[in-house]
Amino acid sequence: MSHDINIHHITRVEGHGNIVLNIREGRIEELRLEIVESPRFFEVMLIGRNIREAPHITSRICGICAISHTSASIKACEVVLGVNPPEDVVLLRKILMNAEALQSHILHIYLLVAPDLFGVESVIHLANSNPELVKRGLRLKKAANDISRVLVGRHVHPIGMTIGGFTRTPTRKDLDEVQRILEGAIPDMEETVKFFEEIRMPEFNRQAKYCSLQDKGEYALYDGLLYSKDAPPLMVQRYKEFISEGVVAYSTAKHVRSGDSPIMVGALARLNNNYANLSSQAKEAAERLGLSIPCTNPFMNNIAQVVESVHCIYDSLRLINLLGSNPPIPNPPLPPVIIGAGLPLLRSIATGRGGLPKIQPGEGVGVGVVEAPRGTLYHEYGVDDEGVILSANCIIPTAQNLLNIEKDIEAIVPMIIDLPKKDIERRLEMLVRAYDPCISCSTHFLEVKFVE
Amino acid sequence: MKRHFQVKPKIGVFSFTSCEGCQLQILNLEDEFMTLIDYIEFVNFREAISEKGEDYEIAFVEGSITRESEIAELKNIRERAKILIALGTCSHLGGINVLKNFHPQDSWLPSVYGRKDLFTDTIRTKRIKDVVPVDLVIPGCPIDKGEFLRFVQALLLRIKPVLPNYPVCVECRTKGNVCLVEEGKWCLGSVTRAGCGAICPTYRDSCSGCRGLVSEPNIESLCNILMEKGLTKEDVRDKFNIFNGLETINI
Repeated sequence: MSHDINIHHITRVEGHGNIVLNIREGRIEELRLEIVESPRFFEVMLIGRNIREAPHITSRICGICAISHTSASIKACEVVLGVNPPEDVVLLRKILMNAEALQSHILHIYLLVAPDLFGVESVIHLANSNPELVKRGLRLKKAANDISRVLVGRHVHPIGMTIGGFTRTPTRKDLDEVQRILEGAIPDMEETVKFFEEIRMPEFNRQAKYCSLQDKGEYALYDGLLYSKDAPPLMVQRYKEFISEGVVAYSTAKHVRSGDSPIMVGALARLNNNYANLSSQAKEAAERLGLSIPCTNPFMNNIAQVVESVHCIYDSLRLINLLGSNPPIPNPPLPPVIIGAGLPLLRSIATGRGGLPKIQPGEGVGVGVVEAPRGTLYHEYGVDDEGVILSANCIIPTAQNLLNIEKDIEAIVPMIIDLPKKDIERRLEMLVRAYDPCISCSTHFLEVKFVE
Repeated sequence: MKRHFQVKPKIGVFSFTSCEGCQLQILNLEDEFMTLIDYIEFVNFREAISEKGEDYEIAFVEGSITRESEIAELKNIRERAKILIALGTCSHLGGINVLKNFHPQDSWLPSVYGRKDLFTDTIRTKRIKDVVPVDLVIPGCPIDKGEFLRFVQALLLRIKPVLPNYPVCVECRTKGNVCLVEEGKWCLGSVTRAGCGAICPTYRDSCSGCRGLVSEPNIESLCNILMEKGLTKEDVRDKFNIFNGLETINI
């Protein structure tokens, strides 16, 4: 049996990707997950700019996970500048990270995955056949976006988030509104869990190396140590001991490994690593959805996203409660972000207008790591003693998953090889989509030849 | 509901080099989405649908052109579409992608990959209008989803949509905001085209000019004010470069 399968531009994913699979006599001769999205060269764009501009610029890496990029960037900048954000600021950032995970997961589950479950081509068809389902998804998505809108102006390229805190500190009234939005989303979330209780994901298991942040006593999205089973947790500054980037032979795509092993990041990896720290409501949802830990079925990543969505709602309510009934404490006044150019401004920061310590030469390296909806996101900047960026590195979740997706395809193909070509294609596309690849942001690392 | 048109216009949404956030803004029209698809037909919208129709009348194009191969793709879209609309800053002005143009091209690959002997058809960033004629522009990084909706409404009514030709300052004052420049911050709102509702200054962040310039911007006056606050001419140009790196701005 011989198949040449070329799925050109996998749809309903964020970005451009192809699967090239060449099967002869029942064996895989050639297998590639190609990323054909244009490289962006953000690492180049940042060079020579003031570090204070990095969050504003790197938010533009990805429209879907803009808050994660902004957060990772801000954290890296705060390390470089020696800024410790106040507790309230951290709590608010955690609410924003939850809002982004919720909006991204709901977008994926309802608009991109649900059509597969009903065997229709897209959400547009689904809107005709199951309008209530689509409307529910849109309501939940809106709730998540509304939280970002209230707190930082919008989700796609958040405005208010900045080094040290917020350019406009959210008010108590804002938090009341966020609380109302969250409480209002609970019935739709409950219906979502109920809906997925009826859904059976394809049976396919392959053990992967699950990597994520891990935090004490909290389900880690904003902060934590680098964690994978059977290894001691590492401080994020030592991320190069945790993962490595390399160029693979058949393309110039950079792939990520941990040791010799491909890794999996994202909702399922987080659940495997941090289940104990989920909110009780999310654990209950996991049980109802038949997701028990450890789970080695990558298709269950979609279910893990449902579970995390439940968590994000209840965890944000918890965080609002922690913020208490007083208005959030605004960040300490930082010097106004007047100038892009380095030395005079940085000196003025260093000499105490904002109470920031002076940057010592050679100390100007900062790493910021968060859990974006699709997995661990790393930003690292090196700056000179004028605060001008000399080097930058961003490692994106989807880049970390690429090798693992290929390994999954290798493992699943023998199981489905007797199906008609169209069904093989559909199943593979579904597998790739289960990872929720966010290709547009991962591809500034990737450059692939078109194979026609 | 009564439709004003018998036939739904067919729409394609296309994406070149970008963060795809402008496409996402269309999907973020949660309240209007069900109505929207009642009036228009998306035949090509890769982030949302599997269909890849080529019989679109209106093409929304997101992203800048940064690869040789994108040029032919864009020309192909232009040939098919009756109306081509640049969607967002990357497409309209080149946007953030232009920042790499300020670095020598042979430094791009080594900065990212650590080597430069890799295959790439990467080119200096171009605006959509540098490659094909553009009929309309929806500016912004990201686009304002309300503005997208107004454009669709106008197109359905066969009216040419119009952008405001006054600066962000006008909207900012209407909002009752304290002026950021008065607070000692930089801001490009006095020369940047309004329509965003001055959302950045309202959230107390500087306007960095993502919607492009008004037709008669008083750059000199802005420059003088910012220089009084301590910026150099180079600093001001640097701020414009965030989104307007390809625009001719005499500072």
